[in-house]
Amino acid sequence: MAFTAFASQATVEQAPRKRSWIALVLLLPGIAYLVLFFLAPLISLIITSFQQPVLDGDIGEYTAGFQWQNYTDALGEYWPLVLRSFGFALIATVLALAVSYPIAYFIGVKARRFPLLQSLMLTLVIAPFFISFLLRTLAWKQIMSDEGPIVQFLKTIAILPSDGHLTGTAFSVIFGLTYNFIPFMTLPLYATLERLDTRYLEAGADLYASPFTVFRKVTVPLSMPGIISGTLLTFIPAAGDYINASRDFLGSSSTAMVGNAIEANFLVLQNYPIAAALSIVLMAVILIIVGLYVRRAGTEDLV
Amino acid sequence: MAIASFAESGADLQLTGITKRFPGFTAIEELDLTIPAGSFFALLGPSGCGKTTTLRLVAGLEEPTAGQILIGGKDVTSTKPFQRPVNTVFQSYALFPHMTILENVAFGLRRRKLGDPVGKAHEALKLVELDHLASRRPAQLSGGQQQRVALARAIVNRPALLLLDEPLGALDLKLRRQMQLELKTIQTEVGLTFLHVTHDQEEAMTMADTVAVMNKGKIEQMGAPEELYELPRTAFVANFLGQSNLFTGEVVASGPDHIAVDVAGVPIVVPRTRAQRHAGEIAIGVRPEKVSLLTSAPLPESGRNVLGPGRVTDVSFSGVSTQYLVDVPGVGELVVFAQNMVFGPVVQVGASVWISWNADHGFGLDDDPGVVPRFVPDASTESIAIQRRIALEEELEQA
Ligand SMILES: Nc1ncnc2c1ncn2[C@@H]1O[C@H](COP(=O)(O)OP(=O)(O)OP(=O)(O)O)[C@@H](O)[C@H]1O
Ligand SMILES: [Mg+2]
Repeated sequence: MAFTAFASQATVEQAPRKRSWIALVLLLPGIAYLVLFFLAPLISLIITSFQQPVLDGDIGEYTAGFQWQNYTDALGEYWPLVLRSFGFALIATVLALAVSYPIAYFIGVKARRFPLLQSLMLTLVIAPFFISFLLRTLAWKQIMSDEGPIVQFLKTIAILPSDGHLTGTAFSVIFGLTYNFIPFMTLPLYATLERLDTRYLEAGADLYASPFTVFRKVTVPLSMPGIISGTLLTFIPAAGDYINASRDFLGSSSTAMVGNAIEANFLVLQNYPIAAALSIVLMAVILIIVGLYVRRAGTEDLV
Repeated sequence: MAIASFAESGADLQLTGITKRFPGFTAIEELDLTIPAGSFFALLGPSGCGKTTTLRLVAGLEEPTAGQILIGGKDVTSTKPFQRPVNTVFQSYALFPHMTILENVAFGLRRRKLGDPVGKAHEALKLVELDHLASRRPAQLSGGQQQRVALARAIVNRPALLLLDEPLGALDLKLRRQMQLELKTIQTEVGLTFLHVTHDQEEAMTMADTVAVMNKGKIEQMGAPEELYELPRTAFVANFLGQSNLFTGEVVASGPDHIAVDVAGVPIVVPRTRAQRHAGEIAIGVRPEKVSLLTSAPLPESGRNVLGPGRVTDVSFSGVSTQYLVDVPGVGELVVFAQNMVFGPVVQVGASVWISWNADHGFGLDDDPGVVPRFVPDASTESIAIQRRIALEEELEQA
């Protein structure tokens, strides 16, 4: 009897070890990928951000060093752009959420009984992805140009002064960010709302909650996973975006964001350390904001 | 409509001509129902007969295709669920997964801005013996515990009309009895109106003032529990509430107090007042516990019906009583419950017996005889099998 007990215990102990070994093998490609394409570039970026110019060297020639002043220089010069980036990204995220939630709710809850309508509307949400990001943004530049119908109309009803523009303003940049990232907001929202059990909403109504209260107390908390992933998927790329705010697209020098500064320093000024330092700052701030946000919203809802 | 305080008393519920059609399916048909204020009303019926749909219509979660719903004399047919003085214990519980048990129970109180929602929620949780789990989430509770939370979440609001959709189905016998008592106490103390859906006929019988048996979207019969049991009006009720022995036959004699029905050549007497139909081919029945087994042919006696001889085909002992199956040629298999007054069964399988019952205990049904299972030979495989067996047995006896 005792021997059998021992024997069975031994096999029980071995089984999970075997499984974890398989798990490791399965994880290996992923780990290799992360090391190669994330960790290595990140370390290289950090090293670059501390580089110092070569004495009497050419423009764009740098050598390894520990020039932490790169960070103070970068922040000293570009802090308004950093602030603007997060401001624009925040506004665009809020707007995208406000636009996407009703759409996602309609597709995921109201249209449940009509699968055809559901797939049609989902296709419409994704449709812009079929056209290049750059082309779409350029198209908006055309539409909002000074000769375009929108500006003309706004001028005739005197909302816009006669010498006013739409392109190159904060409005057009935020509009572009919102427009371009709406699918990233709508899809995760749809994914959670599609699974929303409407019996909870009925229970809320049965317990004297008005439709608005049910929305506030039941629907929103239950769709929190979608709201969190949607806002992250919108906010993070929007904060680092440089297309919409670029002079060639919807922005101007007065609407430049961090992404534009990084682009200019890297490609035009060839000041790689400053570009790298700005990238690191952007990453760090995003990490802090996201960390606080996820912690606040409750991590358990994310999974 | 914010209700500023607990309901002082129950409200009556009146459904008139309620019909509910889902696309391609009629769930409720022309339902008329009145539940007086302060009564405990049980709705019994097989799965899928429309009990939940009825409750959802009353709660306002479903709109009737036709008809009117009145609660406390007020027409609420077109009002929204949150405006109705009604709470529901849902069959699926529907506890909010993102809230603690306490917040779940306090939800309705908070919406109505009643004082001290937390204290009242704790009290309700104590009632269902779950106060120690107040800070857990619903997912961390067992099915029976969740069901009790659902119960607490509804009764804490003391609504004028409480709808209970199989609220005790997941509980063990002891806990169920205890919850039944609690429910009954709350209901009588405040005089609330309860509309209680259950599968458990014993629960319906012991708790309710009025029981309604529902079948295919219609109420087959309703009344006090004893009345429903002693005098079922249809074969469905006779078989759904307890068991019944049913026979069909032509009315052969009709007197002022009694009618007699020809069952396989034997006139079976039924009181006229206990029969729904008095002419033509009708269905009649008697409860198994009203029937007694005799081992020898009884002397003819007025006021008693006798069938037999038959053969005992099965004896099953169930503690307080023993169930005998008796096969009477030409009539079919009959069920007899006999109290275990002595040790062991009185007769064994294969014994030849007569069965007899007081004519006053019979009842006559309202069904068209074609609908009621008949024991006379017809095309069904079962009756053919019975016929064959009878023929075979007769042959063996002769040999
Ligand atoms: N939304 C719906 N669409 C179509 N048919 C429905 C819908 N809801 C219910 N039904 C049908 O209506 C009938 C009655 O359903 P209901 O839920 O009222 O049954 P029930 O008596 O509560 O059964 P149970 O005892 O199993 O809970 C069922 O046949 C069901 O399939
Ligand atoms: Mg049901």
